[in-house]
Amino acid sequence: MKNKFQRYISYTAVIIMLIWHAVLSAQQQQPQRFPRPEFEGGYVFPERQYPDQRGPIWEYVDVAVLVIALSITSWMVIKKRSRKGILLMSVFSLAYFGFYRQGCICAIGSVQNISLALFSKDYAIPLSVLMFFMVPLLFALLFGRVFCASVCPMGAIQELTGFRQVRVPVWLNSTLSAIPFVYLGLAVLFSATGSDFIICRYDPFVGIFRREAPYTMVIFGSLLLITGIFVNRPYCRYLCPHGVLQRIFSSFSVRHLKISPDECKSCRLCESGCPYDAILRSDAVREDEQVSKPFNGSLPYLLIVPVLAAGLGILMYNLSPVLSGASADVRLAREIKLERDKGIKATSKAATAFLESGKTEDSLYAEEARITGRFRKGAPWVGIFLGLSLGIGLFRFTIRNIRTEYEPDRGRCYSCGKCFKFCPVKAKTQ
Amino acid sequence: MESKEDKFSTRREFVKTAGRLAAIIPLAAIPVVLSKKEKVRGYVWQIDPMKCTACEQCRTNCIMTPSAVKCTNANPMCGYCDFCPGYLRQGAKKYSTAAEDQLCPTGAITRRFVEEPYFEYTIDEKLCDGCSKCVKGCGDFGNGSLYLQIMHNLCQNCNQCAIARKCPSDAVIRVPASRPYIRKDEGAENRAKVARMMKVRPPFHKWDFPPDIELSQSC
Repeated sequence: MKNKFQRYISYTAVIIMLIWHAVLSAQQQQPQRFPRPEFEGGYVFPERQYPDQRGPIWEYVDVAVLVIALSITSWMVIKKRSRKGILLMSVFSLAYFGFYRQGCICAIGSVQNISLALFSKDYAIPLSVLMFFMVPLLFALLFGRVFCASVCPMGAIQELTGFRQVRVPVWLNSTLSAIPFVYLGLAVLFSATGSDFIICRYDPFVGIFRREAPYTMVIFGSLLLITGIFVNRPYCRYLCPHGVLQRIFSSFSVRHLKISPDECKSCRLCESGCPYDAILRSDAVREDEQVSKPFNGSLPYLLIVPVLAAGLGILMYNLSPVLSGASADVRLAREIKLERDKGIKATSKAATAFLESGKTEDSLYAEEARITGRFRKGAPWVGIFLGLSLGIGLFRFTIRNIRTEYEPDRGRCYSCGKCFKFCPVKAKTQ
Repeated sequence: MESKEDKFSTRREFVKTAGRLAAIIPLAAIPVVLSKKEKVRGYVWQIDPMKCTACEQCRTNCIMTPSAVKCTNANPMCGYCDFCPGYLRQGAKKYSTAAEDQLCPTGAITRRFVEEPYFEYTIDEKLCDGCSKCVKGCGDFGNGSLYLQIMHNLCQNCNQCAIARKCPSDAVIRVPASRPYIRKDEGAENRAKVARMMKVRPPFHKWDFPPDIELSQSC
């Protein structure tokens, strides 16, 4: 009897284990509370169509439209000198890139995708986004800011609504013009660390293009448009981060819009023609003026550039813990740490969800340290960029520029062509 | 005077040429650096149904109104129940198609008799606003065949999805555009692949996807 039991015990154990395994594996599967029905009438499951994105061909259509629009605008600005043509292109861009493509895909925001793709090994961008970043800058290097003139939908909507022209005092204009540099620096920093895309979040006109948006966005956009009626192009001048790149590239442009179709007579008529103060006055050497050697006396001021770069680099490095708060993971880690230290129960939705998710706090803190480390590495470079731009901007005040004719400031000129009609010189017929 | 002006103009020309070179070098370098990466059609946002807790954030946080998030029914998983916990309001008097008995606030679920005792449920996407009430009902009391997906004909593919920022369970993730849906009713093999993708992914990255995993093009 005992032998018999011993003989079967191993079999029994195996069977029990098999049943146990079956129960366990059944539990791990998706809970199928109700069995799949067995249809007798020949019912077939309906085929569900999952709609795809717009096909990739359309992205290249967008790129082609961009290149064609830029080419036509360059031709209008430099060869035809037609303000009407530029306005017509604005209407087209506003309709196509604005209302039809709804403000996305956009060159202004693409700088974030580029910087994230450059600094994150897991994120890559399609060719069309790369083209939307590169092509406008390439055109800026060749022909000036023709993209701003009438291809950018944000520029176009402001160009078409700028009815009056109120001059902004020079000191205010120059001070406010520093904002885009900071905006660009922060946008690149936040996107390179994978924390946030601030250009998209605070885009003022995308709500108008889509005709739906959070009310804050609508109010911000409308206020900018109303301001733009009097102070033309407020977004381009005092906010647009892509404009900074355009400004830098355009200052070295190969060809650029000219105010006068022929020889400038320095008649001063165009002085009041530019609402952006982008006309550099003719400033020839007077009879009694002794022009010293170039850079003579201004070289010591060049020292301000490295000093400012170093100072702002150090400042940004010290600010990096504050800036890293832009990342949701860092905020969550700090919240959890604070709650742990003070012995408070989780209050926010994110913290509750984290505590329920079963992830360890150490992994969260490690992630926080990783992101903060990236901010530590990136922030000083943003500071150096800001210091260099500010330093070079200040240093340029010390240089005596000799100009024998009125010419546009290549960095600030939007190539909008408003000054054409103020010039009394007619082009020589060939 | 002449020579001085010449000096000025040559200096200006020099600065300009140097600036042009300095501008074109990074511009040329960016595509070279980026081309070393794998070729992708980009990424799109999608809801991982395994992580979704049907918290109703999708309805209000999407920049689109109504939301680009829609409910979808995985028919092979559906029990075709007469008493559907995703279709009927809890405590409904009758199992009927009357509006007061329906759970869906917009009446987006249509019920069709197949054969005794089975009913087919389909979602009218034009009416659905992604409130996920039915998803919760089906998940809590049914087979969990109703689940939320971001519909890519409506999604604007924002750089930072407004829902992802608010999603408490990090269920809104970036997926490769070549495989834009995470379907519950796919074959077991595909589902295992999805599960493996989810497992390998580091926990807090909303876009990190291991590039080495070969994704099937089946959907």
